[in-house]
Amino acid sequence: MSGDVWFWLFGRLDAKALPFVRAWDHPTLSEFIGAMAGGMVVVGAVVLVALLTWQRWWRPLFLDWLTSLDHKKIGIMYVVIAGVMLTRALIEAVLMRTQQSLAVDAPGIVAPEHFAQLFSTHGTIMVFFMAMPFLTGLINFAMPLQIGARDVAFPLLNSISLMLTAAGAGLVMISLAIGDFSTGGWSGYPPYTGKAFQPGVGPDYWIWAITLTSLGTTFSGLNFAATIYKKRCPGMHLMRMPLFCWTALCTSILMVFAMPPLTLATALLALDRYADFHFFTNDLGGNMMNYVNLFWLFGHPEVYILILPAFGVYSEVISAFSSKELYGYTSLVLATMAIGILSFTVWLHHFFTMGQSADVNAAFGIATMTIGVPTGVKVYDWIWTMFRGEVRFTTPMLFSIAFIVTFVLGGFSGILLAVPPIDFVVHNTVFLVAHFHNVIIPGTLYGVIAGYMYWFPKAFGFRLVEGWGKVSFACWVVGFYLAFMPLYVLGLGGMPRRSQALFEPDYRPWLIVAVLGAFILLAGLVTLFVQLAVSVREREKNRVPVGDPWDARSLEWSVSAPPPEYNFATIPHVGRRDVFYWRKAAHGAYKPADHYRDITVPRNSWVGPIVGLGGAACGFGLVWHIWWMTILGFAAVWITVIGRSFVRDTHRVISAAEVEATDRAWLAQVSGAHPIPRQLEESPKNFGLAESFPAPVPA
Amino acid sequence: MMPEVTDGDSAVAPPLVQGRTRHRTRRARVLSAAVLLSLGGCGVLDHGMLGAAGPVADQTRSLFVIVCLILLFVVGPVLLLTPIFAWHYRLSNTKSAYRPQWGFNWPLEGLIWIPPIVIVLILAVFLWRGTHQLDPYKPLASAYPPVEVQVVALDWKWLFIYPDEGIASVNELAFPADRPVHLNLTSGTVMQSFFIPKLAGQIYAMAGMTTQLNLAASEPGHFTGQNTQFNGMGFQNQKFPVLAQAGDDYRAWIARARAGGKMLDMAAYKALSARSVQAEPSRYGAVAPDLFKSILALDDAGAHTAHKEAKR
Amino acid sequence: MSGPQLRHVGLNLHGSDLLEPGEATIGVYGFWIFLMSDAILFALLFAIYGTQLAATVGAPGPQAEFKIGPAFIETLILLTSSLTFGLASIAMKYDRTRTSLVVWLSITLALGFAFLGFELNDFRTMISDDATPDRSGFLSAFFALVPAHGLHVTAGCAWIAVMLAQIAVFGLDDRVKLNLLRLGLFWHFLDIVWIGIFSIVYLQGILG
Repeated sequence: MSGDVWFWLFGRLDAKALPFVRAWDHPTLSEFIGAMAGGMVVVGAVVLVALLTWQRWWRPLFLDWLTSLDHKKIGIMYVVIAGVMLTRALIEAVLMRTQQSLAVDAPGIVAPEHFAQLFSTHGTIMVFFMAMPFLTGLINFAMPLQIGARDVAFPLLNSISLMLTAAGAGLVMISLAIGDFSTGGWSGYPPYTGKAFQPGVGPDYWIWAITLTSLGTTFSGLNFAATIYKKRCPGMHLMRMPLFCWTALCTSILMVFAMPPLTLATALLALDRYADFHFFTNDLGGNMMNYVNLFWLFGHPEVYILILPAFGVYSEVISAFSSKELYGYTSLVLATMAIGILSFTVWLHHFFTMGQSADVNAAFGIATMTIGVPTGVKVYDWIWTMFRGEVRFTTPMLFSIAFIVTFVLGGFSGILLAVPPIDFVVHNTVFLVAHFHNVIIPGTLYGVIAGYMYWFPKAFGFRLVEGWGKVSFACWVVGFYLAFMPLYVLGLGGMPRRSQALFEPDYRPWLIVAVLGAFILLAGLVTLFVQLAVSVREREKNRVPVGDPWDARSLEWSVSAPPPEYNFATIPHVGRRDVFYWRKAAHGAYKPADHYRDITVPRNSWVGPIVGLGGAACGFGLVWHIWWMTILGFAAVWITVIGRSFVRDTHRVISAAEVEATDRAWLAQVSGAHPIPRQLEESPKNFGLAESFPAPVPA
Repeated sequence: MMPEVTDGDSAVAPPLVQGRTRHRTRRARVLSAAVLLSLGGCGVLDHGMLGAAGPVADQTRSLFVIVCLILLFVVGPVLLLTPIFAWHYRLSNTKSAYRPQWGFNWPLEGLIWIPPIVIVLILAVFLWRGTHQLDPYKPLASAYPPVEVQVVALDWKWLFIYPDEGIASVNELAFPADRPVHLNLTSGTVMQSFFIPKLAGQIYAMAGMTTQLNLAASEPGHFTGQNTQFNGMGFQNQKFPVLAQAGDDYRAWIARARAGGKMLDMAAYKALSARSVQAEPSRYGAVAPDLFKSILALDDAGAHTAHKEAKR
Repeated sequence: MSGPQLRHVGLNLHGSDLLEPGEATIGVYGFWIFLMSDAILFALLFAIYGTQLAATVGAPGPQAEFKIGPAFIETLILLTSSLTFGLASIAMKYDRTRTSLVVWLSITLALGFAFLGFELNDFRTMISDDATPDRSGFLSAFFALVPAHGLHVTAGCAWIAVMLAQIAVFGLDDRVKLNLLRLGLFWHFLDIVWIGIFSIVYLQGILG
């Protein structure tokens, strides 16, 4: 085949792009590890296909799940993506820690090129394909239920967002088996990621994966904001929403405003790389400082996009497991919104060392510390929520308590980093790495795990087993401290981040402790999966069909577990905050409706999967310069979207009789269930019906 | 405050750190010794700012300790109250009070909002003062004029040009311990970050632009400098020895460089700037005039005068 | 919800203002949020343009390349197209026949094409002057900002064409009306962005 035809068909793709071929050519340990990772992707895909075929799951996979517009299923699919990506990125983290612990004055096991890809994919995945999908999934699942809505404002757009995120995640996974990923870190600073220094496909994979998910996230933000503003049930005033909805609102506003700078940064970088523009090049008037500003104009609000929904989860969890009203609701709302606004005023602290004047640095340093005030207020509000409560140490609650304690330490180092002269001596060192893991692991990861465990019974109708949950919790906490506290010390000792090898023997003991911690964190993830597997096997023991296993307070617990497709047989009317709690207190929960009506729900749609697939094809074609694939993918997306606008039969009606039958069947289960006190919450007796305990004092 | 300019003779040993700051420095040293001990007195911390070997790192350490002490007031109550409340109000404790509808209290709100605000205000004062005092562009107070060094970040090595001496070195920064050093930095490649942990904070070096850094050593010694901004496959090797020397040693160092005789002109620079890791330092006995300016002009950032030809 | 509510005439998809706007408010509201996000994108492109303005590095600069004549004609065309779209919206609401709506939409579409034609001609002239984006930071910024607006106008034209097809197929059902409302917002938004481009890029570039 002549070169022209090859290029026309496959662009710059060739055999060298396959890690197996590279490992064959250069049989080093590093290449073998790369080939093994690529092999795992291939084998994983083959096994998945075989399993789906063997179990005849293709039809249900597509017809019940991938084409579904049900916000609950979309939420669950987001969490599945997050789980898969978390697994990969955590293994990468362990590999990096192993490398550094071995590579003190020694070559270690992975080559510099490989190591650079590891930290780049680890960061990119953890931020964009683990934390973001996880929290988007939780918001998707819980928020419409909490505000008494049947779905989000734009169910089809929701599916498109999911599939765009999946497409981005898919590109990152494909890069493991075909070609290589960027070595420019998760922030992809040019000019290093420019064509002059990185002519290969790595940064292109990064650019298009990020662009796809960034678009998806913008749409999610838009969707959530419109849902919260416009789809609340009657009486659900903003100040009556559960705090999780407030944080979801704030996060979605941040998504709407903060994702465009990222989209623009990656788009302009792509113009530099593909069309010889000069935005961020060294020569001809390019200015990489523009990229840095754009990136962090996104990047800092992003931190709060990640952390605020987790704050919402903690607010729900701590209140539920303290059997108590959330302390300082108004303060928490104000603090949340204050954080949202302040998050746009501090981006410069990511590059205090760029040579600005002391006035500018000091102003941004003080702005950064100001965020500590609303954050501190929140922490105290959670503490005072436990005050005079009845605290139960279930796994989500344990995560919340560990969060408060650990997060405060992260805040401590955060304030240190906000002081420019101190930043000068720890910036770009592992002190910084320790800091942001110290805020994001307890702040986001513990939060999304707590949220997953808290809402799991609602989503699937059975509780997760507590024993394995607690083992997992112990691993996540112990592992965290062992893995990251040494990095503070090493960072103060001047150890730079992203270093494949080290030459200072004094670093070694601390690196060994850190790698131990990394393995314990991996054990935390493994036990999390064990917990899931055991829970599925023992699901009959742990069923909670009535739907209120934790004696919680907001509307999502007022319906069956799992909830019907339409969420509520009749749209609730709300008279106050914590409405379900007060209904239970007044024995007004679990009542049949006066009369049932037909309910219209959106039909399943193939638009989302096709847009996702088209987007991924477009991205892959761009990465490898396979232009026919790019054009085909792009056309597929737009033809589908325009074609969809000509479809009028987009909804189906669930008859009133069917709704009534389902509702009455559930109410029969409720009256057959035995209400249990909180002491029996973790026993198989918990059928999801809570005993009013103790009798609430009339307010 | 402008340093008093003498005729540049560095043979006379001047006092190193100004008397005004000496008292504070000693206090900070005691405090930081306590911090060091609490962390196990391990050698690792000695490689960073806590093992300060120059006035800038020293003052940074004082600021670090002060901020840490203030922050104890923030962290302490949380670390205490969280476990206490969680344990005391546990479900199995039937003696603890239970007020499920208690969710607001004005005095408590004050207690929650006001102390953090006050602490941030206090910290803000320290931050403002510290940031101005330790501005990397601010010349260090000294009886002697600073040694001028032009720094070019390359893949994966550092070029140091001494414009006053007309010499240059690669991967070795030498200066007299009794004089401050004033660095003008740029990059001949991607962005890098220049950092000598024991002497001063870091600053970015970017192509087509200059940044500045002032540093000094308290006494003669050998330190390690490094790039901390990832810039490719030789990144981990991009370290260089920093030699703060007694005046005579420094002059001998210059003489050795001159004797080497190699000339650094644009052609030599182009050869040098190819991507490579250089294990051993090398020196140039002569440097083409205005080479630093020519290197800057290679990557013309056009309008970005704010950073070009630093005028501050 | 209680109490008298203000009803937004534009959101009411029916002939009378007395009916609830219903789902239309959500659809239009969501599109407003999208426009906010898009506005951020343009704001940043303007900011980048501002920082790159002097980065001409020897390549042709604003004074050499920008012509007031074509830019002014483009402005007039786009402003007029906003007016004709407004007339289309009024026709959608008050005219029982579809004819005037289709006519006004078609005129808007034609003006959109005219605008794009003039703009492409500008680009062609610049490129023939060797003022291409690979020559300087300034030209890069110009060729990101102005064509980004042009791409939006192209998308708007495609959208108008799709809506004309939908009017032919479905008549004026609720979804067609809702999409026309959103399209209207989009079109007027592009007008506002263009006013920014005209003043910040062209006027400032020519007048110095």
